Amino acid sequence: MNIHEYQAKLLFQQYGIPVPDGKYTTTAQNAGQIAKELGGEGWVVKAQVHAGGRGKVGGVKLAKNVADIVTISQEMLGKRLVTIQTGSAGLPVNSLLVEKIYPIKRELYLSLLLDRASERIIFIASSAGGMDIESVAHETPGQIITVAIHPAAGLQGYQCRKIAYALGLKGVQHKLLQNILQGMYDLMLAKDASQIEINPLIETQSGELMALDAKINFDDNAVPAHPDILAMKDPSQEDDKENEAQQFGLNYITLEGTIGCMVNGAGLAMATMDLVKLKGGLPANFLDVGGGTNVEKVCEAFKLILSDSNVKAVLVNIFGGIVKCDVIAEGILEAVKQVHVSVPVVVRLEGTNVEQGRALLSNTGLNLYASDDLAHAAEQVVALAEAA
Amino acid sequence: MSILIDKDTKVICQGFTGKQGTFHSQQALEYGTKLVGGVTPDRGGEMHLGLPIFNTVQDAVNATQATASVIYVPPFYAADAILEAADAGIKLIVCITEGIPILQMLRVKAAMVGTEALLIGPNCPGIITPGECKIGIMPGKIHLPGSIGIVSRSGTLTYESVHQTTRQGLGQSTCVGIGGDPIHGMNFVDVLSRFQTDEKTKGIVMVGEIGGSEEEDAAEFISKHVSKPVVAYIAGQTAPPGKRMGHAGAIVTGGKGTAEGKVSALKAAGVEVVNSPTDIGAAMKAFF
Repeated sequence: MNIHEYQAKLLFQQYGIPVPDGKYTTTAQNAGQIAKELGGEGWVVKAQVHAGGRGKVGGVKLAKNVADIVTISQEMLGKRLVTIQTGSAGLPVNSLLVEKIYPIKRELYLSLLLDRASERIIFIASSAGGMDIESVAHETPGQIITVAIHPAAGLQGYQCRKIAYALGLKGVQHKLLQNILQGMYDLMLAKDASQIEINPLIETQSGELMALDAKINFDDNAVPAHPDILAMKDPSQEDDKENEAQQFGLNYITLEGTIGCMVNGAGLAMATMDLVKLKGGLPANFLDVGGGTNVEKVCEAFKLILSDSNVKAVLVNIFGGIVKCDVIAEGILEAVKQVHVSVPVVVRLEGTNVEQGRALLSNTGLNLYASDDLAHAAEQVVALAEAA
Repeated sequence: MSILIDKDTKVICQGFTGKQGTFHSQQALEYGTKLVGGVTPDRGGEMHLGLPIFNTVQDAVNATQATASVIYVPPFYAADAILEAADAGIKLIVCITEGIPILQMLRVKAAMVGTEALLIGPNCPGIITPGECKIGIMPGKIHLPGSIGIVSRSGTLTYESVHQTTRQGLGQSTCVGIGGDPIHGMNFVDVLSRFQTDEKTKGIVMVGEIGGSEEEDAAEFISKHVSKPVVAYIAGQTAPPGKRMGHAGAIVTGGKGTAEGKVSALKAAGVEVVNSPTDIGAAMKAFF
């Protein structure tokens, strides 16, 4: 799960990580008022969307007076911001963060994430801040330092010093950095974050350290245990269908093709998409109905797929382990009753209770094609979609 | 021979009296697995499915000499269950549970260092030696005792591989679903090395997917240590980057963990990589 920058900065403050003075708002008038209250000689207005790359497309703007802030805010609010990370539809700007600006001496990079290979939480730090860390890693790997934390020992002082020296920090700044690192680590553990990124972490002219930007991702598996984090969810930043799917415990991802896919199991769902493409079609979605499924879930899955007007045909591919084929078959029949199915549906069932499942689907008088061969089912659905 | 489990393996079930635990324990018993009891706290002394319930894994191990345990407890209790099994001296822990917070698995893995236990999963279908022992949620009927070792990150793609190798008459020696989570127990290399030394296993099917670098590690291991034919399929060639494809571990980030990278690493290691998930069985048959 993602949250907005302003929400991440509120969490940072709770964990003693310094951030610029600022406040978030949803109206242009308030934005002006916030600037007055903050005082100072310059401000930045930042569009709050769940994507990076805002600066390059007008999502982050500087202002020298209150009138400019109001104008900039009016321009940003209600628009959709298209960045390198959003896809062509972009994301709606419903709120803004207005902050004081500070004289910057240097920009640094700091992130905390889970490294799969070492099975450790690791800090990644670099004196090359404000840039895409993946390009830094590619072009100047020497500028990046990583420090792995043992879960039993926790973050140690020597590890903080190692990062501080690598970043070229001096004297009292070591203590400032240690507080930031400890705050990030504590925040990660307490809230089950999967990644915390500060890019850039700035060193001000007066030597302070401050998180100019803030990005936090949370482990979807753990979010239910954190009501405060769950409350930060902003559905406007997510795909409507993906939100709807989540409510029914379905894994759904919108794609751009014409063949709707309903599959059990993430691996088989990916493989089914691959197979559709291999046979000359394009999948309209990824949809995993999951293990412990029931008639209602299958029904909702079907409605979800059919609500996409691009869908010309549907491929249902079920290999029953936990989920039984007759349950899926009942779900399909129930969905067909509830939703007007105007497209052909190819159903491939295999596994537990397959005979009962196939029996339920045969002779229904509906636009259903039962198949016991996956390759053939994929060819058939592609042909049906093309003919439609 | 087979790897990790056989007809004599004594198994207990944690989360025995729950809905999933009950259903799959019944299935395991029907298959012939030597399920010898289960664990549900505060229900010790009762019977379930004709087998004794114990309060703790230690009680169950003491009474039954079980060496394997299968876990069906809900996600927020699963880390506790894995560590309880390891602490009680269980040698093979099979965790089926999906949705365990990743930081909990991080601590579990660190805490298991120094124990004798092997962990399969979490978020996996389990392990089966056809005709002998089934530990997990796979449909038993599709399996055929035979010569192909199968290892996979995906449950349903394991079934697909089983189905195809059964249809080809090859059958399976042992099938291991290592799970779809980013941090998990046994990995490809752990299982491949056992298939390589197992006399009954004549060929190996490996099913990977996008995300992480375990397929690349497997490719390196295969090129150096595996002499048996290996057929591989990598799922997620059409997956958009940055999106979590159902499995918590199936995500392409920063250009890493792509299907193309994994396919080319495996091909370079001499592995027969199939483009279609429906070609796995036929590709393996071609070696025999």
